[in-house]
Amino acid sequence: MSIDLKTVKHISKLARISIDDEKANKLKGDLNNIFQFIEKLNELNTDNVQALTSIAETTLRFRKDEIKSENIREKILKNSPEENKDFFVVPKVVE
Amino acid sequence: MSDITSQSLFELTSNIKEKKLSSEEITKAFINRAEKSKKLNVYVTDNFEKAIDQSKKFDSNPNLDFKLPGIPIAVKDLFCTDGVRTTAGSKILNNFVPTYESTVTQNLWSQGAILLGKLNCDEFAMGSSNETSFFGNVQNPVGENLVPGGSSGGSSAAVAANLTPVTIGTDTGGSIRQPASFTGTVGLKPTYGSCSRYGIVAFASSLDQAGPMTKNVRDCSMLLEVISSFDQKDSTSIDYKRNHYSKELSKDIKGKKIGIPKEYRVDNMPDEIELLWKNGISYAKDCGAEIIDISLPHTNYALPTYYIVAPAEASSNLARYDGVKYGFRSPGQNLIEMYEKTRSEGFGDEVKRRIMIGTYVLSSGYYDAYYLKAQKVRQLIKKDFDDAFSKVDAILTPSTPSSAFKIGEKTNDPVSMYLNDIFTVPINLAGLPGISIPAGKDKNNYPLGLQVIGKPFDEQNILNISYALEDKINFKNDISDWWLSE
Repeated sequence: MSIDLKTVKHISKLARISIDDEKANKLKGDLNNIFQFIEKLNELNTDNVQALTSIAETTLRFRKDEIKSENIREKILKNSPEENKDFFVVPKVVE
Repeated sequence: MSDITSQSLFELTSNIKEKKLSSEEITKAFINRAEKSKKLNVYVTDNFEKAIDQSKKFDSNPNLDFKLPGIPIAVKDLFCTDGVRTTAGSKILNNFVPTYESTVTQNLWSQGAILLGKLNCDEFAMGSSNETSFFGNVQNPVGENLVPGGSSGGSSAAVAANLTPVTIGTDTGGSIRQPASFTGTVGLKPTYGSCSRYGIVAFASSLDQAGPMTKNVRDCSMLLEVISSFDQKDSTSIDYKRNHYSKELSKDIKGKKIGIPKEYRVDNMPDEIELLWKNGISYAKDCGAEIIDISLPHTNYALPTYYIVAPAEASSNLARYDGVKYGFRSPGQNLIEMYEKTRSEGFGDEVKRRIMIGTYVLSSGYYDAYYLKAQKVRQLIKKDFDDAFSKVDAILTPSTPSSAFKIGEKTNDPVSMYLNDIFTVPINLAGLPGISIPAGKDKNNYPLGLQVIGKPFDEQNILNISYALEDKINFKNDISDWWLSE
């Protein structure tokens, strides 16, 4: 199996990473090399194997739904790429 | 008394407790050395001014009951530190200042340690040579233009160069053990669930673990004791009784059964690694351990499995970097264009490559062929270890298939770079504890490591075996300080 340029562009769209043609061609080569290496798994018959879902054999715990940090709005917004004192700002999405 | 910065954690804490050294003297000694060591490029962000203030504060009212009393420590820049920039080695987090503290670093400060600064690493911990960092590559103090290993390359270099007494790194496929091996230091990846992942920038959540990186095994046991804890904030943290690792440390390994897996004898492995392994085996015998040949038949499938599972989890974890709430943003005409430009410009090539692999294997129509297949093979790999551990107490292998290589030597060939982790990746896939200790040198005088793998939660046992081997091996890291400037 090999990955063509169209597939590379499709994956980049899904991954929300824009790439130009030169980068896409380079990536096509890299990905094909990596997948060739990954294909080795097909040597194994895994029909009767159960997929591993958790490495630690424990069940997830429940905890009380409690507020532990309060009044952190200002702190959180400090890391915002564009300032507007109470909100995160993004390009206009509704015309 | 030997030079302050070359002392082990054990020596420094003893000297503080016996009032032979102050926290301020120690902190300033490490800072002075760091100022002359910029060529190694270990620091992404330093915290020197605050560290000196904190050391003075410690000295004014020292609490000597702490396990790390007034000890300055630099940590990998993957741990969120409250109020101190945390970049994960990426442009996309270049300006990110966390408003919370990771649990493992909090554990350090709660025992009296002081933050020296944040250490360079591969971008989002994706790499085996520290060459994918946005902040440039790190020099291995062992020799000029050698990689320090990765992804915890700034950490391994800082310990080897005496720029921090000890440090903590993270290990997803070998990122603590491989750099430890490349720099002649000790690095331990604990059992999955032993150290909290809360506040660590996530790479592959089912594989990531934090762990100690130190000059010797005793320091490693001291640091593990501090960072390993049950944590409500990490849903995969496991509540079990942790050992008093440093107190229970013992060289008595008489009668321990140590397995030697035949599948770890790979093609083209240098003779010196084969010899290193043989020496390790004979030292273990000298200590009274019983050597047993074992088989881990699916070893060869571990790397291909890892390169499905890890990128898949990474592509999900890294979906959060969209330029909206924090980090780097590249402006766009609309929201989608902003996302695409932000991620294209904010991530480096290796990270993008892995996001693409992950996105592909999880995409519609390919999930069963890749991701599900890999999780099945992962089950087989885990079963190999379960079977082996019904016969032995621990497993001894080389840590890496080679010593440190030159900067730039493998950057154009991702697959050859991935092969570095051939002996370390299976341990993450099975969630086991593993430690790398320096065990010898190759013909260029570069360090080589041996790895001891344990049963889940059996860190004490692998520490003890390492402690016994360390004594026999008597490794000396002769580092010439070639990088120092005035």
